[in-house]
Amino acid sequence: MAVAPSSLPQPEVIGRPAVALAPSLLTRQRRRAALYFILPMMTVLTAVAGWPLARTIYFSFTNANLDNLGSQEWVGFANFVSLAQDPEWWRAVLNTVKFAAVSVSLETVLGLVIALTLNANLKGRGIVRTAVLIPWAVPTVVSAQMWNWMYNDLYGVVNAVFLKLGFIDHPYAWTASPGLALAAVIAVDVWKTTPFMTLLILAALQLLPQEIYEAAKLDGIPSPKVFYKVTLPLIRPALMVAIIFRSLDALRIFDLPYVLTGNSRQTASMAVYARQQLIDFQDVGYGSAASTFLFAVIAVFTIIYITAGRVRFDTGR
Amino acid sequence: MKLRRIIGTTLFYLLVAFIVVYTVFPFYWAIVSSLKEGSALYQIEFFPKDPKWGNYAAIFREQPFGRNILNSVIVAVTVVSISLVLSVTASYALARIEFRGRTPLLLLVLSVSMFPQVAVLSGMFELVSWLGIYDTLWSLTLSYMILTLPFTTWVLTTFMRELPKELEEAALVDGAKPLTIITRVFMPLLWPALATTGLLAFISAWNEFLFAITFTLSNERRTVPVAIALISGASRFELPWGRVMAASVIVTVPLVLLVLIFQRRIVSGLTAGAVKG
Repeated sequence: MAVAPSSLPQPEVIGRPAVALAPSLLTRQRRRAALYFILPMMTVLTAVAGWPLARTIYFSFTNANLDNLGSQEWVGFANFVSLAQDPEWWRAVLNTVKFAAVSVSLETVLGLVIALTLNANLKGRGIVRTAVLIPWAVPTVVSAQMWNWMYNDLYGVVNAVFLKLGFIDHPYAWTASPGLALAAVIAVDVWKTTPFMTLLILAALQLLPQEIYEAAKLDGIPSPKVFYKVTLPLIRPALMVAIIFRSLDALRIFDLPYVLTGNSRQTASMAVYARQQLIDFQDVGYGSAASTFLFAVIAVFTIIYITAGRVRFDTGR
Repeated sequence: MKLRRIIGTTLFYLLVAFIVVYTVFPFYWAIVSSLKEGSALYQIEFFPKDPKWGNYAAIFREQPFGRNILNSVIVAVTVVSISLVLSVTASYALARIEFRGRTPLLLLVLSVSMFPQVAVLSGMFELVSWLGIYDTLWSLTLSYMILTLPFTTWVLTTFMRELPKELEEAALVDGAKPLTIITRVFMPLLWPALATTGLLAFISAWNEFLFAITFTLSNERRTVPVAIALISGASRFELPWGRVMAASVIVTVPLVLLVLIFQRRIVSGLTAGAVKG
């Protein structure tokens, strides 16, 4: 697209620069239209996001109960104090952080490997790319159930294959043993989400200019060096955004641990814990405090995402 | 030298083969298991010698799985249609019209799309019971808007920004009103983008689990993910795995087909949603 006047930095356009002209009739008409166009969307968003969020934050300062919503009393920071003293909550926080850190790291490495493979000139690339997309298309709950069956301690295919290959000497209860359950959840997430990572990295790889690689080839530079000195620095911005985006997703994980292992303390994430307090134990005040805490964590990450991603909003390029 | 190249190529294709097996096997195993009945299910057998369709019949006979699929379709289609209608006009304004507060608005939309759903759970529960729509599909239609609306608005804004300025200017010179510009000039160009965005939003609504398990109670109101998660809920020791796998295959095959057909489109939609800005 050609460089247009609208690619000027936006704040100057809005903030009356020295040469500002009074907005023309057309501009004013268009601004009024913008208001009408945005209003319905914002109204719905306020109703389904803003309002419930405000209520959740309010509930977290009360002793609200699910049975009796409406008769709650203000209790100040009491819920947050008990939350801070609850070892099970900290267990959930730790689970979530471990889950996010390990799964996102593995997904990034695997995603890079697969994306580089797909980017190389190989026969049957279309088939491989299609195969890689399959886990992404499988609903999370379905993938949890599929793996649950594969993990089965008596009849699961994982035990059968690992026994045959000699990796293990007796069958394991993958989703039930304390040391393995979280790893089992992570393995499913890696399987399910690596395609997403792969696609984002592949998109970045395909934008790289081919000339650099031809030049490197002519100069006889070994390919690992090309990767570390050329490819990685060039795709780093896209990679960072993908990592933060995935981390946000991993921090709010709910369905995977819930379907794989129920409310088990070994794997419960912050979201699983919060929902259990809210719905199963009906303690809306306490559960809302946990949700509010999770929201604050995500909010911090979102701010990092928006700044690190240098998300641009003007009409130009 | 030549030998090294052959070894290198072999290792490379082994890696490729491993990637393919790793990504495809779980789904393949689900299909194989869904075709086994009785004790055959408990034997490790990579090709079903004697495929049986009983599990597929059973999930429709023993529980309202047809109804569950219908529920999921109704909710997802409704939510996606409303989201697209609301976000086409909004994204036109956000992408093409300069006005004060546009950047904060876009940031707000982006932040909402990153919300942890559980953060609105208690507030939404209150809203749902206040409206008297607990355990109806309306509760899901309402709550899913938080998933789809920010997403469609954000992605359509990115697509809308890419359209050439000249088209719009020509229409403006002819005195076209903003709504006319959207419906007559932009919409015809936006169909592919709308299809992609709609499909991605459909998938997220189709897969949603947290709101669905919280706001619906009866079997007949459940959506597909909840139904599949709860097939195993009856007893921890006697799980009807063949049926769980049959149900899983039924709901996944259409998605896999859609994804394969719209591969390229989906990639562009995903990158618009995450990387581009």
